[in-house]
Amino acid sequence: MATLKELAGQEELFSGGHRLCAGCGIPPIVRLVLRSAKGPVVATTATGCLEVGSTIYPYTSWKVPWMHSAFENAAATISGIESAYKALKRKGRLPVKPVSDDKDTKFIAFGGDGGTYDIGLQALSGAMERGHNFLYVCYDNGAYMNTGIQRSSATPLGSATTTSPAGSVIPGKEEYRKDITRIMVAHRSPYVAQASPHNWKDLEKKAARALEINGPTFLNVMSPCPLGWYSKPEDSIALAKLSTDTCFWPLYEVDEGVLKISYKPKEKKPIGDWLKLQGRFKHLFKPGGEEIIEKIQLDIDTNWERLLDMDGKLIF
Amino acid sequence: MAGKTVRRLLQGNEACAEGALYAGCNFFGGYPITPSTEIAETLSRELPKRGGKWIQMEDEIASIASIVGASIAGAKALTATSGPGLSLKQEVLGYACLTEIPCVLINVMRGGPSTGYPTGPSQADIMQAKWGTHGDHPVITLTPSTVPEIFTETIRAFNLAEKYRTPVFVFYDEILGHMREAVELPEQGVIEVVDRAKPEGKPEDYNPYDTSYEVAPLAPFGKGRRFHITGLNHNDDGFPTNDSTKIDEGNRRIMAKIDNNVSDIESTEEYLMDDAEVIVFAFGSTARSARFAVNRAREKGIKAGLFRPITMWPFPEKALKKAADKAKSIIVPEMNLGQTILEVERVTGHGTIVGLQRVDGEPIHPTEIIELIEKHS
Repeated sequence: MATLKELAGQEELFSGGHRLCAGCGIPPIVRLVLRSAKGPVVATTATGCLEVGSTIYPYTSWKVPWMHSAFENAAATISGIESAYKALKRKGRLPVKPVSDDKDTKFIAFGGDGGTYDIGLQALSGAMERGHNFLYVCYDNGAYMNTGIQRSSATPLGSATTTSPAGSVIPGKEEYRKDITRIMVAHRSPYVAQASPHNWKDLEKKAARALEINGPTFLNVMSPCPLGWYSKPEDSIALAKLSTDTCFWPLYEVDEGVLKISYKPKEKKPIGDWLKLQGRFKHLFKPGGEEIIEKIQLDIDTNWERLLDMDGKLIF
Repeated sequence: MAGKTVRRLLQGNEACAEGALYAGCNFFGGYPITPSTEIAETLSRELPKRGGKWIQMEDEIASIASIVGASIAGAKALTATSGPGLSLKQEVLGYACLTEIPCVLINVMRGGPSTGYPTGPSQADIMQAKWGTHGDHPVITLTPSTVPEIFTETIRAFNLAEKYRTPVFVFYDEILGHMREAVELPEQGVIEVVDRAKPEGKPEDYNPYDTSYEVAPLAPFGKGRRFHITGLNHNDDGFPTNDSTKIDEGNRRIMAKIDNNVSDIESTEEYLMDDAEVIVFAFGSTARSARFAVNRAREKGIKAGLFRPITMWPFPEKALKKAADKAKSIIVPEMNLGQTILEVERVTGHGTIVGLQRVDGEPIHPTEIIELIEKHS
């Protein structure tokens, strides 16, 4: 694993000057993931904030070959690219032969939670099952931020969005979020992990591990969003850390079927600490909101206990 | 009957949501997409208050499938989208045409193809409305050109869907979707609201595709009548058939129910057309530029007129043919590379038809139309 000094010395593959918001979680995630690859990288991106924010003519932030196709098919597109690469390699038609598997070209697809949990799930599932050699990175900010903060199946229970507005009829989103990390584990992927940009070391380690594996791998990364969370841009990294300290976003990996928790907070913080810094949950701090906060806490506790039970065990 | 009218400043997409509510829409299934999202957002606030059901589906295909399902169960159902979503929805739209399930789809047109230009206007989905799904199928498409008209045409879309048991589209461009105008919202009862015919007789005798009707009554699922619905060609009872006579009959019948009622479905506006020598054929926000251009031309003594299809499909063949017979020239401005001009040529066979096309995400400016009017007057 690279040291901070080594990482800092590497070439930046995702440059600044893009139009992602101040305090957005996406750029540090993309920068770290790209730096984790030892060889050349080819990337695809689903429609979303990262796509529109990083590639507006005449500029691009991407110093790697990059392709956007549509909302639902980043995983299908990377499948095609990776398959073509394999075929060219097999036929000896690559202009340059990779010096080692380690330094061979890596294929990475990026998508937000809308393009991953919802409309892109079918393409992602297909690519995982077919077993392409690629890494899929989901930046999960918990809603469709690019189109104006609509709920997604990653939106946490109780969160107000423009299509789950908190009011007298509903208290924000009424459904639990989808646990897509577990769905990816169920695909028998050789490596699935959850990470967060505040813990750069952990994120870099996980991305590097995913990329050294020959097979379909998946990283789900917490991505704070000041716009959609109604939070302060300067709080983003603290919010990312709090999401792990409250165990809302447990850091763990499932490597060749073995689950390992990467971070166990010394003192698990109550979920209210995380919720209260975000305007999307402000209605929960008015009378009647306590029950929903309790419900969220119970869900987190149950999930955390379940993870602790599985820690160190072969789960498939 | 004069009721209490509320006057409100509304965005086109909000007016659309208001029209849907007025028409009795009680189900929305949708998916976020620019520039139509405000329809979904408005209904997500309003439908729950009125006991309606609002669902954000996981993708565009699921959205259209959900409204077909809701409509089969008896709801008045709506979805709203834009180009890429419309492309994804095509299979289920064909299903709704063949199974004759009423539903309403709003398409707020943005630049295409593909992701195109999400925040810019376009009128390039007009042919997709007609030919998007495979096979011969009936199409009704309404193209309002003002915010108040988005309100009334959305109501009319529901009425036509219910009356003819078919999907009805309302297509307007991004400019109209996001512009704000004053809209008069009348009390319920002022504008006619049509509900689908309910079957009578014994439940065991019910056939969802009873050919003794032009449009057979549709029973809501789960309310006393058990019947079969399939996207395969089917018999009167809804079960699949290989009988070539029944296949032919069914395919012709779903077209005929629209073709035979064109006069009921058709809606056009003819502005200063009585003595017009130069006709501008325009719809949507382009018709607003065209109206301005026609007025300016009149000031200059040119006999110009505007022919505006409010119902785009079925195409207003008779009315346009009649109007075109007296004209020297026809100008067809549109935000695409020449779609409705093909229909104008087909229908009128006129010798001087001049297109004006823009696909740069900018609206067509009145001065561009005035220049052409002057040139061809």
